[in-house]
Amino acid sequence: MTTFNLNGRTVSVHSPDDVPLLWVIRDELGLTGTKFGCGIGYCGACTVHVEGRATRSCITSVGSIAGADVTTIEGLHPEGKHPLQLAWIELQVPQCGYCQSGQIMQAATLLKDYPDPTDQDINAVMAGSLCRCMTYIRIRKAIKLAASRMREGSAT
Amino acid sequence: MNSSSAPDKSRAHLLSRRSFLITMAGAGVVLGYARSGVDALESMASGAPEASSAGELFEPTIWYGISPAGDVTVNVIRAEMGQHIGTACARILADELEADWGKVRVVTVDSDPKWGEMVTGGSWSVWQTFPVFSRAGAAGRMALIEEGARLLGASPQSCTARLGAVHAGGRSISYGDIIVRGNLRRTYTPEQLKEIPLKAPRDRRLIGRDTLALDIASKTDGKGLYGIDAAVDGMIYGRPKIPPTRYDSKVISIDDSAAKNQPGYIRSIALDDPSGTVPGWVMVYAHNFPAAIRAADLVKVKWSSGEAAHVSERDLQQRAEQLIADPKGGSLVVDDPGVDAALASAKQKIERTYTAGTVMHYALEPVNALAFEKDGIFEIHTGNQWQTLILPVLAKALGRSQDKIVMRSYLLGGGFGRRLDGDYAVPAALAAKAVGKPVKMICTREDDMRFDCPRSPSVQVLRMGFADGGQVIAMDHQAAAGWPTATMAPAFLMKDAHGAPFDPFAIHGADHWYTVGAQRVRAIQNDLAQRTFRPGWLRSVGGGWLYWALESFMDEAAHAIGIDPVAFRLRLLDGAGRNAGSAPNSVGGAKRQAAVIARVAQKAGWGTVMPADVGLGIASSFGQERDMPTWCACVARVRVDRTSGQVTVEKLTLVVDAGTIIHPDGAAAQVEGCALWGLSMALYEGSEFVMGQPKDLNLNTYTLLRMGNVPDVEIEFIPSTEAPVGLGEPATAVIAPAIANAIFAASGARLRHLPIRPEDVRQALAHPG
Repeated sequence: MTTFNLNGRTVSVHSPDDVPLLWVIRDELGLTGTKFGCGIGYCGACTVHVEGRATRSCITSVGSIAGADVTTIEGLHPEGKHPLQLAWIELQVPQCGYCQSGQIMQAATLLKDYPDPTDQDINAVMAGSLCRCMTYIRIRKAIKLAASRMREGSAT
Repeated sequence: MNSSSAPDKSRAHLLSRRSFLITMAGAGVVLGYARSGVDALESMASGAPEASSAGELFEPTIWYGISPAGDVTVNVIRAEMGQHIGTACARILADELEADWGKVRVVTVDSDPKWGEMVTGGSWSVWQTFPVFSRAGAAGRMALIEEGARLLGASPQSCTARLGAVHAGGRSISYGDIIVRGNLRRTYTPEQLKEIPLKAPRDRRLIGRDTLALDIASKTDGKGLYGIDAAVDGMIYGRPKIPPTRYDSKVISIDDSAAKNQPGYIRSIALDDPSGTVPGWVMVYAHNFPAAIRAADLVKVKWSSGEAAHVSERDLQQRAEQLIADPKGGSLVVDDPGVDAALASAKQKIERTYTAGTVMHYALEPVNALAFEKDGIFEIHTGNQWQTLILPVLAKALGRSQDKIVMRSYLLGGGFGRRLDGDYAVPAALAAKAVGKPVKMICTREDDMRFDCPRSPSVQVLRMGFADGGQVIAMDHQAAAGWPTATMAPAFLMKDAHGAPFDPFAIHGADHWYTVGAQRVRAIQNDLAQRTFRPGWLRSVGGGWLYWALESFMDEAAHAIGIDPVAFRLRLLDGAGRNAGSAPNSVGGAKRQAAVIARVAQKAGWGTVMPADVGLGIASSFGQERDMPTWCACVARVRVDRTSGQVTVEKLTLVVDAGTIIHPDGAAAQVEGCALWGLSMALYEGSEFVMGQPKDLNLNTYTLLRMGNVPDVEIEFIPSTEAPVGLGEPATAVIAPAIANAIFAASGARLRHLPIRPEDVRQALAHPG
């Protein structure tokens, strides 16, 4: 049994330690917003936060995150209104949407590290997040929009 | 075109032949169509008579309903896979209905014969839906005005409808109140329905204006449900063991001794598939999916398999070359007299060969399905693009009639044509049947890639003859590839004038709108490809490689006679004869293609001096088919590193004429996606067959466009009130030839194989010509 904090709640799960966190979150805990894409950590669809850092849950064993704080897309904001989520809606970013949980979770840590990201920062940090629908142009714009709103918010 | 007999892909006419009824039903008004008779095409497509219509004229084919509260629910048969199609369809209907958009919601329906053909592909959705939903909305508005007028004590002529209410003078009554207080019994005959006048474009209130798409919010908070998220109590999981070849593999033995130590492992079963969809498949069952993944790795299966187990990409392409070299065979899709004579007498000729490699779909959600039997009905929960194509296959596989099978709709984590082929539903259904329990089958990425229906590799040979002064007098285009439609939907094959079948989706594009004198287009099926794998419809389908050849060749032809490539195309797009276009879909014909080319050239600064090693390249297309042309043109600006051969695409400028644009922001998103798909396939993607299997099984070797390589993209739509056509694919196919033509302009290197790799560029620089 592994115990950790998921979206602010303590959870205990029965999956063996070596099971990828992705399947524990999706199938044992029933939060399906985190997606399975490649299974080898190359697409980013499974991205969650572990202790605030973007982590590929498909290659992270549940045993390795015992006691840690884990946040999924469902826990990013209680009403789905994180500045990134609002920007994603305003700029109509998602197409099929399958990768977008991972994109948003990756972008959320990007904005912690780079509150005013340049194109190069975005290219570097988002390089591991594949969008098969190719919504990259809007993802970039939405990250910048959210960044500007967050900077305005923190300044006031 | 002079030769083709088309299966009618537009279902719009079927619906327009039905009576349109409005009646009270349950709590609200439902609007439906009564059948005027048995429809052969629909029977062919759905395979069985409709259970619900026996003995009744009225068929409850419900496109929308209005509740007593005035809420409008629009039923959409199209799969949501990123196009925001429900929003576009509902806007079409709501505009004519004069509904209050704030009270409109969309339901993506499950499979049911009453819907007719359920397909989401071919860039057909808006084009097919527009005539049906416009008239459905208009008929509802007229009926509500008539009844509203009666309730208001006014004449219908003095009433107007706006925002979900009927107004007369200073008084009004809401649609909901009309439903509660009135007696809606208006019936329209097919003739009346046909004559319902649609709004003048200037009176449209929703079409052509932006709105937030209804599907998007649930794609930002993790709440949207995809096929992979489907769940039912008591379900177990399955992961397949996929045999060495798509066809002719047989299970000799299964050894699961090692898997028995895997906690959660249940058992392995060789699937018995009467439909022949997944011969040689073994399903590995477990109580959870990670256990199924591991157990399947531990289960050892021995197969016998056929000749395809040794086929390579080179074998496939050599076979295509052989077939093209043989003047017999294939289908003459365009067959003007005098092509050979004109080429023989031409003052100048060029001949070029273009090839394109295998491409994988890589929809980000690996294919999956949940299947179980409940109350005598087999339920398949999955995201799918062509329910009416796979239902008869499922019926055969399960040994039950189609009316005992239903496909429940979910969001698709990417379609791109992969999910037009619902083959993945079959092993899930068989797996559930075999154990009598709900089974959720998920393919890992590697399984998904091996089970893909990739875009076939292709070989094309093009010839053009010129008279004095560079006048084009003949053109010949021969194209050989695997044909998706031949395997998956043979009823949709077309026939040439001699009765020879061809796959329209593997030749449309070559039957272009350029006036080139005597023209011949020959479509050849690569039989070896067909036997080796299941050729797939992949975004833009044949256009992805046919326009690659055609538009690269047009560039080469222009240079051969010393004319600017834009001027050359404009000269050939004269709108003469069969290229004049016709109502309703191709009004203006070739002249509209000329217009997008002229506009994109202007926007992109065509003719201006470029820095060293930078060049502009043009390409154009009419999209998916002549019956539904979406006029596209692209200028690519690229930089070539002569040392490394690296190509950097700096900018893509696109101009598109898709007729009436329903939802401008959604339309722009589709073109953005198409353009970057085109770029991804031009420079980053591509695989090859090795020992009968695609070589690349995951992102460690299969590369796609990532954020850092996205160029500037500028998109413009030509303002138009012509018939709305399709946008999901057309802009994909112009990108690769625009890039290749730009590489030539920048460096003199001519690339004739897709994908374009730095090594190929270095080679072409070393050996120009």
